Amino acid sequence: MTARIGVVTFPGSLDDRDTRRAIRVAGAEPVALWHKDKDLKQVDAVVLCGGFSYGDYLRAGAIARFSPVMDTVIDQARAGMPVLGICNGFQILTEAHLLPGGMLGNDHLHFICRDQKLRVENADTAWTADYTAGQEIHIPLKNMDGRYVADRRTLDELEAEGRVAFRYLDVNPNGSLNDIAGITNAEGNVVGLMPHPEHAVESLIGTGRTDGLPFFTSILKKLVTA
Amino acid sequence: MARVVVDVMLKPEILDPQGQAVQRALPRLGFEGISDVRQGKRFELEVDGPVDEAALARIHDLAESFLANTVIEDFTVRVEEVAEAAK
Repeated sequence: MTARIGVVTFPGSLDDRDTRRAIRVAGAEPVALWHKDKDLKQVDAVVLCGGFSYGDYLRAGAIARFSPVMDTVIDQARAGMPVLGICNGFQILTEAHLLPGGMLGNDHLHFICRDQKLRVENADTAWTADYTAGQEIHIPLKNMDGRYVADRRTLDELEAEGRVAFRYLDVNPNGSLNDIAGITNAEGNVVGLMPHPEHAVESLIGTGRTDGLPFFTSILKKLVTA
Repeated sequence: MARVVVDVMLKPEILDPQGQAVQRALPRLGFEGISDVRQGKRFELEVDGPVDEAALARIHDLAESFLANTVIEDFTVRVEEVAEAAK
């Protein structure tokens, strides 16, 4: 018995295959989901992957948020189903108000693609339990709209409740407030981040490190032991 | 037919690097005395039928839920005068 983890493909998604592969490498069963289907095929968790859904028209994630599949994802996430948003997926989660704050263009106005050092700030979520708090990891980062913004009260709340899940180290690559790379909801089942853990699960490719694999082993353990 | 215009701007406290880039280019073009530029979006909605209070209320809801992300943006809704006059 393993866990079934869905990966949604929107028009313009880029990393759905890599994400499904990462899920398989971790030992879970990836399930392809389609943006027009309300049906989640009885998955135990969902990953919203990177890319440029609907061309990032209007705002990154703004149109994807109203797709049929998201109606179900939003309902299920509110009911406790684990959801991970990576890059464009993070943008969709903020547009859907499953996570607070918003995403805007990088402060330097350029696309960025780099190997990014992060600190794991919260290792108690459904997606980060296989890390230890304070652990420093390297994860590829590639985005245009990676600047996390929120009002002061929201930032204070996130900091006070330990809901900043990942923070940029050494360099703030996009002007994100408080160096925020990723956050979690209060319940810990919905997590979003800009860097791409699915690109760092095999030593042969990418950074040569597997620092992203614990995302997928964390959720597998949680679902299998649940 | 009537036109309703929705203007969307980043909230004042949020950094607008595009507006800053435009502002910095102005002196090079010979425009002096512009201390700040903020860049926003304008939506022109061509409405079938009369733009009554109910229609405006629906457009307001549309702007609030979709055209603007009120976490980071402010918006205004108005009926465009020119379209009214040309009717």
